Amino acid sequence: MPKSHFYTRIFRFYYDGFRSMTIGKTLWAIILIKLFVMFLILKVFFFPNFLNEKADTETGKQEYVSEELINRSK
Amino acid sequence: MEQIDISLVDWSRAQFALTAIYHWLFVPLTLGLGIIQAIMETIYYRTGNEFWKRTAQFWMKLFGINFAIGVATGLILEFEFGTNWSNYSWFVGDIFGAPLAIEGILAFFMEATFIAVMFFGWGKVSKGFHLTSTWLTIIGATISAYWILVANAWMQYPVGMHFNPDTVRNEMLDFFAVAFSPVALNKLFHTVMSGWVTGSIFVISVSAWFLLKKRETKFALASMKIAAVFGFVACSLAVISGDGSARQIAEKQPMKFAAMEGLYEGSESAPLVAVGVLNPEKKSYRDSIKPFLFKIEIPYMLSFMSEHNLDAYVPGINNIIEGGYTQKNGTTALSAEEKIQRGQTAITALAQYRQAKKDKDEAAMQTTLATLNENFEYFGYGYIKDPGELVPPVGLTFYAFHAMVIFGAFLLLTLLIVAYLSFKKTAPLENKRWLQRGLMWCMLVDVLMGQAGWVVAEVGRQPWAIQDILPTSAAISKLATSSVQITFFLFLALFTILLIAELRILAKAIQKGPEIN
Repeated sequence: MPKSHFYTRIFRFYYDGFRSMTIGKTLWAIILIKLFVMFLILKVFFFPNFLNEKADTETGKQEYVSEELINRSK
Repeated sequence: MEQIDISLVDWSRAQFALTAIYHWLFVPLTLGLGIIQAIMETIYYRTGNEFWKRTAQFWMKLFGINFAIGVATGLILEFEFGTNWSNYSWFVGDIFGAPLAIEGILAFFMEATFIAVMFFGWGKVSKGFHLTSTWLTIIGATISAYWILVANAWMQYPVGMHFNPDTVRNEMLDFFAVAFSPVALNKLFHTVMSGWVTGSIFVISVSAWFLLKKRETKFALASMKIAAVFGFVACSLAVISGDGSARQIAEKQPMKFAAMEGLYEGSESAPLVAVGVLNPEKKSYRDSIKPFLFKIEIPYMLSFMSEHNLDAYVPGINNIIEGGYTQKNGTTALSAEEKIQRGQTAITALAQYRQAKKDKDEAAMQTTLATLNENFEYFGYGYIKDPGELVPPVGLTFYAFHAMVIFGAFLLLTLLIVAYLSFKKTAPLENKRWLQRGLMWCMLVDVLMGQAGWVVAEVGRQPWAIQDILPTSAAISKLATSSVQITFFLFLALFTILLIAELRILAKAIQKGPEIN
Protein backbone atom coordinates (compact mmCIF):
# COMPACT_ATOMS: atom_id res chain seq x y z
CA MET A 1 0.00 0.00 0.00
CA PRO A 2 1.46 3.40 -0.95
CA LYS A 3 2.25 5.57 2.07
CA SER A 4 0.13 8.51 0.97
CA HIS A 5 -2.81 6.23 0.41
CA PHE A 6 -2.47 4.95 3.95
CA TYR A 7 -2.38 8.45 5.45
CA THR A 8 -5.23 9.57 3.22
CA ARG A 9 -7.33 6.72 4.52
CA ILE A 10 -6.57 7.67 8.10
CA PHE A 11 -7.45 11.28 7.33
CA ARG A 12 -10.71 10.23 5.67
CA PHE A 13 -11.49 8.00 8.63
CA TYR A 14 -11.28 10.91 11.05
CA TYR A 15 -12.82 13.43 8.64
CA ASP A 16 -15.87 11.28 7.96
CA GLY A 17 -16.12 10.41 11.63
CA PHE A 18 -16.23 14.03 12.71
CA ARG A 19 -18.64 14.93 9.92
CA SER A 20 -21.08 12.24 10.91
CA MET A 21 -21.19 13.31 14.54
CA THR A 22 -24.47 14.66 15.90
CA ILE A 23 -24.15 15.26 19.62
CA GLY A 24 -20.40 15.21 19.06
CA LYS A 25 -20.40 18.67 17.46
CA THR A 26 -21.79 20.23 20.63
CA LEU A 27 -19.28 18.26 22.64
CA TRP A 28 -16.39 19.44 20.52
CA ALA A 29 -17.55 23.02 20.94
CA ILE A 30 -17.56 22.50 24.70
CA ILE A 31 -14.13 20.85 24.62
CA LEU A 32 -12.64 23.67 22.56
CA ILE A 33 -14.17 26.37 24.76
CA LYS A 34 -12.95 24.52 27.83
CA LEU A 35 -9.41 24.16 26.48
CA PHE A 36 -9.42 27.83 25.45
CA VAL A 37 -10.47 28.92 28.94
CA MET A 38 -7.98 26.53 30.57
CA PHE A 39 -4.88 27.24 28.52
CA LEU A 40 -5.33 30.76 27.22
CA ILE A 41 -7.04 32.36 30.20
CA LEU A 42 -6.49 30.36 33.37
CA LYS A 43 -2.96 29.16 32.65
CA VAL A 44 -1.72 32.46 31.24
CA PHE A 45 -3.35 34.91 33.64
CA PHE A 46 -3.98 32.94 36.83
CA PHE A 47 -1.57 30.02 36.92
CA PRO A 48 1.96 31.12 36.09
CA ASN A 49 4.78 28.84 37.18
CA PHE A 50 5.53 30.27 40.61
CA LEU A 51 9.19 29.21 40.75
CA ASN A 52 9.91 30.59 37.27
CA GLU A 53 8.94 33.98 38.64
CA LYS A 54 11.31 33.60 41.57
CA ALA A 55 14.41 32.40 39.75
CA ASP A 56 15.65 31.92 36.21
CA THR A 57 17.98 29.01 36.77
CA GLU A 58 17.73 25.57 38.35
CA THR A 59 20.28 26.61 40.96
CA GLY A 60 18.26 29.70 41.77
CA LYS A 61 15.12 27.61 42.21
CA GLN A 62 16.97 25.17 44.46
CA GLU A 63 18.15 28.07 46.56
CA TYR A 64 14.68 29.59 46.77
CA VAL A 65 12.98 26.33 47.78
CA SER A 66 15.68 25.45 50.31
CA GLU A 67 15.33 28.87 51.95
CA GLU A 68 11.56 28.47 52.00
CA LEU A 69 11.77 25.02 53.56
CA ILE A 70 14.34 26.08 56.13
CA ASN A 71 12.73 29.39 57.08
CA ARG A 72 9.18 28.08 57.38
CA SER A 73 10.23 25.76 60.18
CA LYS A 74 11.39 28.68 62.34
CA MET B 1 10.72 33.86 61.25
CA GLU B 2 8.35 33.18 58.39
CA GLN B 3 4.71 32.49 59.07
CA ILE B 4 2.28 31.29 56.43
CA ASP B 5 -1.26 32.56 56.80
CA ILE B 6 -3.43 29.59 57.74
CA SER B 7 -6.21 30.89 55.48
CA LEU B 8 -3.82 30.59 52.52
CA VAL B 9 -3.31 26.91 53.36
CA ASP B 10 -7.05 26.39 53.70
CA TRP B 11 -7.94 28.20 50.46
CA SER B 12 -5.21 26.37 48.55
CA ARG B 13 -6.51 23.08 49.86
CA ALA B 14 -10.11 24.07 49.11
CA GLN B 15 -9.18 24.98 45.55
CA PHE B 16 -7.39 21.67 45.03
CA ALA B 17 -10.25 19.75 46.63
CA LEU B 18 -12.82 21.47 44.40
CA THR B 19 -10.86 20.57 41.27
CA ALA B 20 -10.27 16.99 42.39
CA ILE B 21 -13.92 16.50 43.39
CA TYR B 22 -15.06 17.79 40.01
CA HIS B 23 -12.55 15.63 38.15
CA TRP B 24 -13.69 12.62 40.14
CA LEU B 25 -17.25 13.03 38.92
CA PHE B 26 -16.09 11.86 35.47
CA VAL B 27 -13.29 9.38 36.10
CA PRO B 28 -15.20 6.55 37.81
CA LEU B 29 -17.98 6.69 35.24
CA THR B 30 -15.41 6.45 32.46
CA LEU B 31 -13.78 3.42 34.11
CA GLY B 32 -17.03 1.62 34.87
CA LEU B 33 -19.19 2.43 31.88
CA GLY B 34 -16.26 1.66 29.58
CA ILE B 35 -16.08 -1.93 30.82
CA ILE B 36 -19.86 -2.42 30.63
CA GLN B 37 -20.09 -1.19 27.04
CA ALA B 38 -17.12 -3.42 26.16
CA ILE B 39 -18.90 -6.42 27.67
CA MET B 40 -22.02 -5.60 25.63
CA GLU B 41 -20.00 -5.24 22.46
CA THR B 42 -18.30 -8.56 23.23
CA ILE B 43 -21.74 -10.19 23.41
CA TYR B 44 -22.55 -8.61 20.03
CA TYR B 45 -19.26 -9.91 18.61
CA ARG B 46 -19.96 -13.43 19.84
CA THR B 47 -23.69 -13.60 18.98
CA GLY B 48 -23.95 -11.27 16.01
CA ASN B 49 -27.22 -10.01 17.51
CA GLU B 50 -27.88 -6.41 16.36
CA PHE B 51 -29.72 -5.73 19.62
CA TRP B 52 -26.43 -5.86 21.51
CA LYS B 53 -24.76 -3.65 18.95
CA ARG B 54 -27.42 -0.95 19.46
CA THR B 55 -27.25 -1.43 23.21
CA ALA B 56 -23.46 -1.06 23.26
CA GLN B 57 -23.68 1.97 20.97
CA PHE B 58 -26.15 3.72 23.25
CA TRP B 59 -23.98 3.31 26.35
CA MET B 60 -20.96 4.25 24.25
CA LYS B 61 -22.66 7.53 23.37
CA LEU B 62 -23.16 8.34 27.05
CA PHE B 63 -19.58 7.26 27.71
CA GLY B 64 -18.44 9.69 25.02
CA ILE B 65 -20.37 12.60 26.51
CA ASN B 66 -18.90 11.94 29.94
CA PHE B 67 -15.43 11.50 28.48
CA ALA B 68 -15.61 14.70 26.44
CA ILE B 69 -16.79 16.90 29.31
CA GLY B 70 -14.34 15.38 31.76
CA VAL B 71 -11.30 15.25 29.49
CA ALA B 72 -8.44 17.53 30.51
CA THR B 73 -10.08 18.64 33.76
CA GLY B 74 -7.28 16.78 35.55
CA LEU B 75 -4.78 19.12 33.89
CA ILE B 76 -6.05 21.93 36.11
CA LEU B 77 -4.60 20.02 39.04
CA GLU B 78 -1.21 20.24 37.36
CA PHE B 79 -1.62 24.01 36.94
CA GLU B 80 -2.26 24.20 40.66
CA PHE B 81 0.85 22.18 41.46
CA GLY B 82 3.01 24.68 39.58
CA THR B 83 1.38 27.81 40.98
CA ASN B 84 -0.08 27.03 44.39
CA TRP B 85 2.08 24.09 45.47
CA SER B 86 5.47 25.07 44.10
CA ASN B 87 7.51 23.94 47.12
CA TYR B 88 5.78 20.60 46.97
CA SER B 89 6.28 20.28 43.20
CA TRP B 90 9.97 20.99 43.52
CA PHE B 91 10.42 18.78 46.59
CA VAL B 92 8.80 15.69 45.03
CA GLY B 93 10.92 15.99 41.91
CA ASP B 94 10.75 13.20 39.39
CA ILE B 95 8.85 10.87 41.71
CA PHE B 96 5.66 12.69 40.94
CA GLY B 97 6.76 13.71 37.46
CA ALA B 98 7.47 10.20 36.16
CA PRO B 99 4.04 8.65 36.84
CA LEU B 100 2.29 11.76 35.54
CA ALA B 101 4.41 11.76 32.38
CA ILE B 102 3.67 8.07 31.77
CA GLU B 103 0.01 8.78 32.39
CA GLY B 104 0.04 11.65 29.90
CA ILE B 105 1.72 9.59 27.19
CA LEU B 106 -0.57 6.62 27.74
CA ALA B 107 -3.65 8.77 27.92
CA PHE B 108 -2.72 10.48 24.70
CA PHE B 109 -1.55 7.58 22.58
CA MET B 110 -3.69 4.73 23.80
CA GLU B 111 -6.95 6.45 24.54
CA ALA B 112 -6.74 9.04 21.76
CA THR B 113 -5.94 6.40 19.13
CA PHE B 114 -8.41 3.72 20.06
CA ILE B 115 -11.25 5.94 21.21
CA ALA B 116 -11.45 7.31 17.65
CA VAL B 117 -11.76 3.78 16.25
CA MET B 118 -14.34 3.01 18.93
CA PHE B 119 -16.55 5.96 17.95
CA PHE B 120 -15.89 6.30 14.21
CA GLY B 121 -15.04 2.74 13.31
CA TRP B 122 -18.48 1.06 13.28
CA GLY B 123 -18.83 -0.52 9.85
CA LYS B 124 -15.44 0.79 8.72
CA VAL B 125 -13.16 -1.64 10.49
CA SER B 126 -13.71 -5.31 11.20
CA LYS B 127 -15.85 -6.32 14.17
CA GLY B 128 -12.84 -7.86 15.84
CA PHE B 129 -10.67 -4.78 15.43
CA HIS B 130 -13.47 -2.56 16.68
CA LEU B 131 -13.98 -4.71 19.76
CA THR B 132 -10.23 -4.72 20.41
CA SER B 133 -10.21 -0.93 20.18
CA THR B 134 -13.08 -0.65 22.63
CA TRP B 135 -11.25 -2.82 25.15
CA LEU B 136 -7.96 -1.02 24.59
CA THR B 137 -9.65 2.34 25.15
CA ILE B 138 -10.89 1.33 28.55
CA ILE B 139 -7.69 -0.54 29.42
CA GLY B 140 -5.79 2.65 28.49
CA ALA B 141 -8.06 4.73 30.70
CA THR B 142 -7.52 2.30 33.58
CA ILE B 143 -3.75 2.32 33.15
CA SER B 144 -3.86 6.14 33.09
CA ALA B 145 -5.77 6.10 36.34
CA TYR B 146 -3.20 3.70 37.76
CA TRP B 147 -0.33 6.16 37.30
CA ILE B 148 -2.27 8.95 38.94
CA LEU B 149 -3.00 6.61 41.84
CA VAL B 150 0.69 5.69 42.04
CA ALA B 151 1.46 9.38 42.55
CA ASN B 152 -1.26 9.71 45.17
CA ALA B 153 -0.17 6.51 46.93
CA TRP B 154 3.38 7.80 47.16
CA MET B 155 2.08 10.87 48.99
CA GLN B 156 0.34 8.57 51.47
CA TYR B 157 3.29 6.19 51.77
CA PRO B 158 6.52 7.67 50.40
CA VAL B 159 8.92 4.88 49.38
CA GLY B 160 11.64 4.20 46.83
CA MET B 161 13.27 7.61 47.03
CA HIS B 162 16.24 9.46 48.45
CA PHE B 163 16.31 13.12 49.44
CA ASN B 164 19.09 15.07 47.72
CA PRO B 165 19.99 18.13 49.82
CA ASP B 166 21.92 19.65 46.90
CA THR B 167 18.88 19.85 44.64
CA VAL B 168 16.38 19.95 47.54
CA ARG B 169 14.50 17.22 45.73
CA ASN B 170 13.50 13.67 46.34
CA GLU B 171 15.01 11.41 43.70
CA MET B 172 13.68 8.05 42.68
CA LEU B 173 15.93 5.18 43.76
CA ASP B 174 13.61 2.31 43.02
CA PHE B 175 10.97 2.76 40.32
CA PHE B 176 9.34 -0.56 41.14
CA ALA B 177 9.05 0.30 44.83
CA VAL B 178 7.12 3.41 43.82
CA ALA B 179 5.05 1.83 41.03
CA PHE B 180 4.19 -1.36 42.89
CA SER B 181 4.04 -0.22 46.48
CA PRO B 182 1.35 -2.14 48.38
CA VAL B 183 -0.53 1.11 48.93
CA ALA B 184 -0.52 1.91 45.20
CA LEU B 185 -1.73 -1.55 44.22
CA ASN B 186 -4.48 -1.62 46.80
CA LYS B 187 -5.51 1.91 45.91
CA LEU B 188 -5.71 0.93 42.25
CA PHE B 189 -7.83 -2.09 43.01
CA HIS B 190 -10.17 -0.24 45.36
CA THR B 191 -10.52 2.82 43.13
CA VAL B 192 -11.09 0.89 39.91
CA MET B 193 -13.62 -1.38 41.61
CA SER B 194 -15.50 1.65 42.91
CA GLY B 195 -15.42 3.04 39.36
CA TRP B 196 -16.92 -0.19 38.06
CA VAL B 197 -19.66 0.11 40.67
CA THR B 198 -20.31 3.67 39.47
CA GLY B 199 -20.66 2.47 35.88
CA SER B 200 -23.06 -0.26 36.98
CA ILE B 201 -25.20 2.04 39.08
CA PHE B 202 -25.31 4.55 36.22
CA VAL B 203 -26.58 1.90 33.80
CA ILE B 204 -29.13 0.70 36.36
CA SER B 205 -30.33 4.23 37.12
CA VAL B 206 -30.76 5.15 33.46
CA SER B 207 -32.42 1.81 32.72
CA ALA B 208 -34.78 2.35 35.65
CA TRP B 209 -35.81 5.65 34.08
CA PHE B 210 -36.68 3.86 30.82
CA LEU B 211 -38.73 1.29 32.74
CA LEU B 212 -40.50 4.05 34.62
CA LYS B 213 -41.35 5.70 31.31
CA LYS B 214 -42.35 2.30 29.90
CA ARG B 215 -39.87 2.73 27.06
CA GLU B 216 -37.15 0.44 25.68
CA THR B 217 -38.13 -2.27 28.14
CA LYS B 218 -36.12 -5.09 26.59
CA PHE B 219 -33.06 -2.88 26.33
CA ALA B 220 -33.42 -1.60 29.90
CA LEU B 221 -33.88 -5.05 31.44
CA ALA B 222 -30.96 -6.52 29.49
CA SER B 223 -28.72 -3.61 30.46
CA MET B 224 -29.76 -3.88 34.09
CA LYS B 225 -28.99 -7.58 34.20
CA ILE B 226 -25.45 -7.12 32.96
CA ALA B 227 -24.83 -4.03 35.12
CA ALA B 228 -26.21 -5.62 38.29
CA VAL B 229 -24.16 -8.82 38.02
CA PHE B 230 -21.02 -6.93 37.04
CA GLY B 231 -21.63 -4.29 39.70
CA PHE B 232 -22.23 -6.84 42.44
CA VAL B 233 -18.95 -8.60 41.66
CA ALA B 234 -17.13 -5.23 41.56
CA CYS B 235 -18.72 -4.03 44.79
CA SER B 236 -17.78 -7.30 46.54
CA LEU B 237 -14.19 -6.86 45.35
CA ALA B 238 -14.29 -3.24 46.56
CA VAL B 239 -15.20 -4.54 50.02
CA ILE B 240 -12.19 -6.88 49.94
CA SER B 241 -9.83 -4.13 48.77
CA GLY B 242 -11.38 -1.76 51.32
CA ASP B 243 -10.41 -4.25 54.00
CA GLY B 244 -6.87 -4.17 52.61
CA SER B 245 -6.91 -0.36 52.70
CA ALA B 246 -7.99 -0.36 56.33
CA ARG B 247 -5.06 -2.56 57.36
CA GLN B 248 -2.61 -0.42 55.40
CA ILE B 249 -3.97 2.76 56.96
CA ALA B 250 -3.84 1.25 60.44
CA GLU B 251 -0.17 0.40 59.94
CA LYS B 252 1.11 3.31 57.86
CA GLN B 253 -1.24 6.18 58.81
CA PRO B 254 -2.47 5.35 62.33
CA MET B 255 -3.62 8.91 62.98
CA LYS B 256 -5.95 8.72 59.96
CA PHE B 257 -7.24 5.37 61.19
CA ALA B 258 -7.95 6.80 64.65
CA ALA B 259 -9.71 9.85 63.12
CA MET B 260 -11.86 7.60 60.90
CA GLU B 261 -13.23 6.05 64.11
CA GLY B 262 -13.14 9.11 66.38
CA LEU B 263 -10.86 7.03 68.59
CA TYR B 264 -9.00 9.07 71.20
CA GLU B 265 -8.00 6.35 73.64
CA GLY B 266 -6.78 3.15 72.06
CA SER B 267 -7.12 -0.36 73.40
CA GLU B 268 -6.71 -4.02 72.62
CA SER B 269 -9.81 -5.79 71.30
CA ALA B 270 -11.06 -2.41 70.12
CA PRO B 271 -14.71 -2.13 69.01
CA LEU B 272 -15.78 -0.50 65.76
CA VAL B 273 -18.24 2.38 65.92
CA ALA B 274 -20.88 1.21 63.46
CA VAL B 275 -23.04 4.31 63.91
CA GLY B 276 -22.27 7.30 66.06
CA VAL B 277 -22.78 11.00 66.66
CA LEU B 278 -19.67 12.94 67.63
CA ASN B 279 -19.80 15.42 70.46
CA PRO B 280 -19.42 18.91 68.96
CA GLU B 281 -18.19 20.18 72.32
CA LYS B 282 -14.97 18.22 71.97
CA LYS B 283 -12.52 20.69 70.47
CA SER B 284 -9.15 19.13 71.21
CA TYR B 285 -7.52 15.82 72.02
CA ARG B 286 -6.35 17.45 75.27
CA ASP B 287 -9.78 18.08 76.79
CA SER B 288 -11.57 15.41 78.80
CA ILE B 289 -14.90 15.78 77.01
CA LYS B 290 -16.34 12.50 75.76
CA PRO B 291 -15.97 12.24 71.97
CA PHE B 292 -19.42 10.74 71.29
CA LEU B 293 -22.95 11.79 72.14
CA PHE B 294 -24.17 8.44 70.92
CA LYS B 295 -22.64 5.34 69.38
CA ILE B 296 -23.39 1.73 68.54
CA GLU B 297 -20.30 -0.46 68.55
CA ILE B 298 -19.37 -3.82 67.09
CA PRO B 299 -17.08 -5.58 69.59
CA TYR B 300 -13.53 -6.45 68.45
CA MET B 301 -14.21 -5.25 64.92
CA LEU B 302 -11.74 -2.35 64.85
CA SER B 303 -8.92 -4.60 66.03
CA PHE B 304 -9.91 -7.11 63.37
CA MET B 305 -9.93 -4.39 60.71
CA SER B 306 -6.50 -3.15 61.72
CA GLU B 307 -4.61 -6.47 61.81
CA HIS B 308 -7.10 -9.30 61.19
CA ASN B 309 -6.62 -10.07 64.86
CA LEU B 310 -9.49 -9.69 67.34
CA ASP B 311 -7.09 -8.81 70.16
CA ALA B 312 -4.83 -6.37 68.28
CA TYR B 313 -3.98 -3.07 69.93
CA VAL B 314 -5.32 -0.01 68.09
CA PRO B 315 -3.79 3.29 69.20
CA GLY B 316 -6.07 6.30 69.60
CA ILE B 317 -5.28 9.93 68.85
CA ASN B 318 -3.98 10.56 72.37
CA ASN B 319 -1.75 7.46 72.25
CA ILE B 320 -0.26 8.49 68.92
CA ILE B 321 0.50 11.96 70.30
CA GLU B 322 2.00 10.55 73.50
CA GLY B 323 3.79 7.58 71.87
CA GLY B 324 5.27 4.74 73.90
CA TYR B 325 3.08 1.92 72.60
CA THR B 326 4.41 -1.04 70.63
CA GLN B 327 3.80 -0.74 66.90
CA LYS B 328 2.98 -3.59 64.56
CA ASN B 329 6.62 -3.81 63.46
CA GLY B 330 7.69 -4.32 67.07
CA THR B 331 9.24 -0.90 67.61
CA THR B 332 8.09 1.59 70.24
CA ALA B 333 6.19 4.55 68.83
CA LEU B 334 7.84 7.93 69.31
CA SER B 335 5.82 10.71 70.88
CA ALA B 336 4.78 13.69 68.77
CA GLU B 337 7.27 15.83 70.70
CA GLU B 338 10.10 13.42 69.86
CA LYS B 339 9.13 13.39 66.20
CA ILE B 340 8.96 17.18 66.14
CA GLN B 341 12.41 17.32 67.70
CA ARG B 342 13.81 14.95 65.08
CA GLY B 343 12.11 16.91 62.31
CA GLN B 344 13.70 20.12 63.54
CA THR B 345 17.06 18.34 63.69
CA ALA B 346 16.63 17.25 60.06
CA ILE B 347 15.74 20.76 58.85
CA THR B 348 18.61 22.30 60.82
CA ALA B 349 20.94 19.71 59.30
CA LEU B 350 19.71 20.69 55.82
CA ALA B 351 20.47 24.35 56.54
CA GLN B 352 23.90 23.47 57.96
CA TYR B 353 24.68 21.19 55.03
CA ARG B 354 23.91 23.91 52.51
CA GLN B 355 25.98 26.43 54.45
CA ALA B 356 28.87 23.95 54.71
CA LYS B 357 28.64 23.43 50.96
CA LYS B 358 28.91 27.17 50.34
CA ASP B 359 31.88 27.25 52.71
CA LYS B 360 33.37 24.20 50.94
CA ASP B 361 33.69 22.50 54.32
CA GLU B 362 33.74 18.78 53.37
CA ALA B 363 33.86 17.49 56.94
CA ALA B 364 30.84 19.53 58.01
CA MET B 365 28.99 18.44 54.88
CA GLN B 366 29.53 14.77 55.76
CA THR B 367 28.42 15.23 59.36
CA THR B 368 25.33 17.26 58.59
CA LEU B 369 24.35 14.94 55.73
CA ALA B 370 24.50 11.96 58.07
CA THR B 371 22.29 13.80 60.57
CA LEU B 372 19.84 14.74 57.83
CA ASN B 373 19.59 11.18 56.50
CA GLU B 374 19.20 9.77 59.99
CA ASN B 375 16.24 12.06 60.73
CA PHE B 376 14.73 12.57 57.28
CA GLU B 377 11.77 10.25 57.86
CA TYR B 378 10.53 12.87 60.38
CA PHE B 379 11.47 15.91 58.24
CA GLY B 380 7.91 17.24 58.05
CA TYR B 381 7.45 17.20 61.82
CA GLY B 382 9.96 20.04 61.98
CA TYR B 383 7.20 22.37 60.72
CA ILE B 384 4.72 21.33 63.40
CA LYS B 385 4.44 23.94 66.14
CA ASP B 386 1.93 22.12 68.32
CA PRO B 387 1.17 18.37 68.48
CA GLY B 388 -2.50 19.27 68.03
CA GLU B 389 -1.69 20.17 64.41
CA LEU B 390 -1.07 16.47 63.80
CA VAL B 391 -4.73 15.62 64.40
CA PRO B 392 -6.78 15.74 61.17
CA PRO B 393 -10.34 17.08 61.18
CA VAL B 394 -11.93 14.22 63.13
CA GLY B 395 -15.57 15.07 62.40
CA LEU B 396 -15.21 15.22 58.62
CA THR B 397 -13.01 12.12 58.50
CA PHE B 398 -15.31 10.12 60.79
CA TYR B 399 -18.55 11.00 59.01
CA ALA B 400 -17.04 10.61 55.53
CA PHE B 401 -15.72 7.15 56.42
CA HIS B 402 -19.03 6.01 57.84
CA ALA B 403 -20.98 7.52 54.95
CA MET B 404 -18.73 5.66 52.50
CA VAL B 405 -19.23 2.34 54.32
CA ILE B 406 -23.00 2.75 54.77
CA PHE B 407 -23.55 3.87 51.17
CA GLY B 408 -21.29 1.06 49.95
CA ALA B 409 -23.21 -1.54 51.93
CA PHE B 410 -26.48 -0.11 50.61
CA LEU B 411 -25.28 -0.33 47.02
CA LEU B 412 -23.94 -3.86 47.50
CA LEU B 413 -27.34 -4.96 48.74
CA THR B 414 -29.10 -3.05 45.95
CA LEU B 415 -26.93 -4.66 43.28
CA LEU B 416 -27.57 -8.10 44.74
CA ILE B 417 -31.34 -7.51 44.76
CA VAL B 418 -31.38 -6.10 41.21
CA ALA B 419 -29.24 -9.00 39.97
CA TYR B 420 -31.63 -11.47 41.61
CA LEU B 421 -34.76 -9.75 40.29
CA SER B 422 -33.33 -9.41 36.81
CA PHE B 423 -33.21 -13.21 36.49
CA LYS B 424 -36.78 -13.75 37.68
CA LYS B 425 -39.25 -14.69 34.98
CA THR B 426 -42.04 -12.56 36.48
CA ALA B 427 -39.99 -9.46 35.57
CA PRO B 428 -40.54 -7.57 38.84
CA LEU B 429 -38.13 -4.84 37.74
CA GLU B 430 -40.53 -3.98 34.94
CA ASN B 431 -43.54 -3.51 37.16
CA LYS B 432 -42.49 -2.07 40.51
CA ARG B 433 -42.51 1.68 40.02
CA TRP B 434 -41.32 2.44 43.55
CA LEU B 435 -38.27 0.28 42.88
CA GLN B 436 -37.60 2.01 39.57
CA ARG B 437 -37.79 5.40 41.26
CA GLY B 438 -35.50 4.22 44.03
CA LEU B 439 -32.96 2.83 41.59
CA MET B 440 -32.80 6.16 39.76
CA TRP B 441 -31.67 7.84 42.99
CA CYS B 442 -28.94 5.26 43.56
CA MET B 443 -26.69 7.28 41.25
CA LEU B 444 -26.63 10.09 43.78
CA VAL B 445 -25.76 7.61 46.55
CA ASP B 446 -22.89 6.29 44.45
CA VAL B 447 -21.50 9.76 43.75
CA LEU B 448 -21.62 10.60 47.46
CA MET B 449 -19.94 7.28 48.29
CA GLY B 450 -17.05 7.91 45.89
CA GLN B 451 -16.50 11.48 47.06
CA ALA B 452 -16.69 10.40 50.72
CA GLY B 453 -13.96 7.84 50.04
CA TRP B 454 -11.61 10.52 48.75
CA VAL B 455 -12.47 12.80 51.67
CA VAL B 456 -11.36 10.01 54.03
CA ALA B 457 -8.15 9.49 52.03
CA GLU B 458 -7.20 13.16 51.77
CA VAL B 459 -8.69 14.94 54.78
CA GLY B 460 -7.73 12.03 57.02
CA ARG B 461 -4.04 12.45 56.21
CA GLN B 462 -3.88 16.12 57.15
CA PRO B 463 -1.66 17.97 57.94
CA TRP B 464 0.47 16.12 55.40
CA ALA B 465 0.97 16.83 51.74
CA ILE B 466 3.50 13.96 51.86
CA GLN B 467 3.05 11.69 54.85
CA ASP B 468 5.50 12.64 57.62
CA ILE B 469 7.91 14.54 55.38
CA LEU B 470 6.06 17.61 54.12
CA PRO B 471 3.01 19.31 55.66
CA THR B 472 0.68 21.41 53.54
CA SER B 473 1.86 24.55 55.35
CA ALA B 474 5.38 24.01 53.94
CA ALA B 475 4.19 22.70 50.57
CA ILE B 476 2.24 25.75 49.41
CA SER B 477 3.54 28.78 47.52
CA LYS B 478 3.67 32.11 49.24
CA LEU B 479 0.82 33.71 47.30
CA ALA B 480 -1.75 36.33 48.23
CA THR B 481 -4.74 34.54 49.73
CA SER B 482 -7.02 36.75 47.64
CA SER B 483 -5.55 35.39 44.39
CA VAL B 484 -6.31 31.83 45.48
CA GLN B 485 -9.83 32.88 46.46
CA ILE B 486 -10.38 34.42 43.01
CA THR B 487 -9.31 31.26 41.19
CA PHE B 488 -11.38 29.14 43.57
CA PHE B 489 -14.54 31.01 42.58
CA LEU B 490 -13.51 31.06 38.90
CA PHE B 491 -13.25 27.29 39.01
CA LEU B 492 -16.50 27.00 40.84
CA ALA B 493 -18.21 28.97 38.06
CA LEU B 494 -16.44 27.08 35.26
CA PHE B 495 -17.11 23.67 36.78
CA THR B 496 -20.75 24.47 37.46
CA ILE B 497 -21.29 25.56 33.85
CA LEU B 498 -19.56 22.44 32.52
CA LEU B 499 -21.51 20.20 34.85
CA ILE B 500 -24.81 21.74 33.79
CA ALA B 501 -23.76 21.31 30.15
CA GLU B 502 -22.93 17.65 30.73
CA LEU B 503 -26.17 16.92 32.54
CA ARG B 504 -28.20 18.63 29.82
CA ILE B 505 -26.45 16.79 27.00
CA LEU B 506 -26.64 13.50 28.87
CA ALA B 507 -30.33 14.02 29.59
CA LYS B 508 -30.97 14.80 25.92
CA ALA B 509 -29.13 11.70 24.76
CA ILE B 510 -30.94 9.50 27.29
CA GLN B 511 -34.33 10.91 26.30
CA LYS B 512 -33.57 10.15 22.69
CA GLY B 513 -32.93 6.56 23.73
CA PRO B 514 -31.07 3.69 22.09
CA GLU B 515 -33.26 3.66 18.98
CA ILE B 516 -33.84 -0.08 19.14
CA ASN B 517 -36.94 -1.23 17.32
